[in-house]
Amino acid sequence: MIDIFDGLTHAFWLVVTLDADLVEISLRSLQVTLTALAISSVIAMPLAALLAVRRFRFRRYVIAVMNAFMGLPPVVVGLIVYVFLSRSGPLGVLGLLFTPTAMVIAQTIIIIPLIASIAHQSLRDLWQEYHDLLISMNVTQTQKIMTLIWDARRALLTAALAGFGRGIGEVGAILIVGGNIDHATRVLTTAIALETGKGEFALALALGFVLIALSIGVNLASHMMSRTEREGRW
Amino acid sequence: MQLFPLIVEGARSSRQGKVLVGPVDLVLDGIGTTVVIGPNGSGKTTLLRLFHGAERLTGGSIQWACSEVEARHETAFVFQRPVMLRRSVIDNIAYPLRIRGIKRRHALEEASHWAEKVGLDDMLDRQATVLSGGEQQKLALARALITKPKLLFLDEPCAALDGRAMQEIETILGQAKANGTALIMTTHDMGQARRLADDIVFLLKGKVHERTAAQAFFETPQTSEARAFLRGDILE
Repeated sequence: MIDIFDGLTHAFWLVVTLDADLVEISLRSLQVTLTALAISSVIAMPLAALLAVRRFRFRRYVIAVMNAFMGLPPVVVGLIVYVFLSRSGPLGVLGLLFTPTAMVIAQTIIIIPLIASIAHQSLRDLWQEYHDLLISMNVTQTQKIMTLIWDARRALLTAALAGFGRGIGEVGAILIVGGNIDHATRVLTTAIALETGKGEFALALALGFVLIALSIGVNLASHMMSRTEREGRW
Repeated sequence: MQLFPLIVEGARSSRQGKVLVGPVDLVLDGIGTTVVIGPNGSGKTTLLRLFHGAERLTGGSIQWACSEVEARHETAFVFQRPVMLRRSVIDNIAYPLRIRGIKRRHALEEASHWAEKVGLDDMLDRQATVLSGGEQQKLALARALITKPKLLFLDEPCAALDGRAMQEIETILGQAKANGTALIMTTHDMGQARRLADDIVFLLKGKVHERTAAQAFFETPQTSEARAFLRGDILE
């Protein structure tokens, strides 16, 4: 209990004094996760819409695999990305291992199935509603996808926020491919793991509280910017 | 571009072995309003969807005077239960123009004009999904007519609407007809069929049982089934 109180107090002072290390790793956490989120959204949302509107032979299996991948173990993803990016790996020549870019790649792989699956549920329901109308208007496949994405944007925001939540709290994969290098690849979650290992529970808790606050802040900001929960508006 | 005549030869539609419609043979010249009537399950909606290309033929053919792609471009469809895009009223009406590549500003101007025509000009920014049934149907009509189609399909456009809403819809349809849009519609309401129809197609068990001018159909129906239907008898 004392540890939690110490953690809260520590977190308060770290934030109030704008501790340089805290600011640096917080910004890196945001940078890595928001970049991964942006890339994942650009890939996952049209993919989800395509799976909703297009019928093809192995569609059900693709959806089943996509849903199963929501539970991808981050450590395994990290390991696979590590193998690909390591010096002897197929992409070793790019020299990306132990860089924020490697962390973005790992997080993107983890987030895509989650966003795609949640988005697919919403877009499939909307497609059932719109099907007859859009077919009668002779809209192209691309127009169908754009219409669904635009009209389901509130639900897609929720999917994106779920992806953000998974990314910002992720530690296994980015620890493996990032290496938790101070002033280079250290982020909030890897710093928490490090401080816990060192027995610095108060600092670890402080970082944890900052992480939670950051997550809530991003969620609130996105809801306010997109004006959800406002009566009479989509 | 010439849309009519619409030549239907042996058109059939079946699902899981059950024949929904057909075989149907018809020639429609697209003059005025053709009303398709018949009891529940006679295939009225399926026939309309076949004409529009929204339902696949399982036999026979439906041929326009132009290509099928051109025909789809020149026709519009209004459903019994209007489908509202999750957008504002004005964005819903403007949608067909936007997907045809018309610039947003021009599309919105045109949509505003159509909203005024159908009496929705005081609710342009409102969510379409919160409108009443009659308002949604008027919106659906404006959205269908904004592209100035040569032919408008309507599947029971006034089902579940009260008398006033029905009157407003019929007025809009009358204006569309006066502006040169041909109408092919289904209805259960014989009063509406009498008011609007120039031409009647009476469907029974998926087949065209009688096809004649509206006045002749209502005054001197040729078949016993048509007479029974007009009397309000239940047809098996």
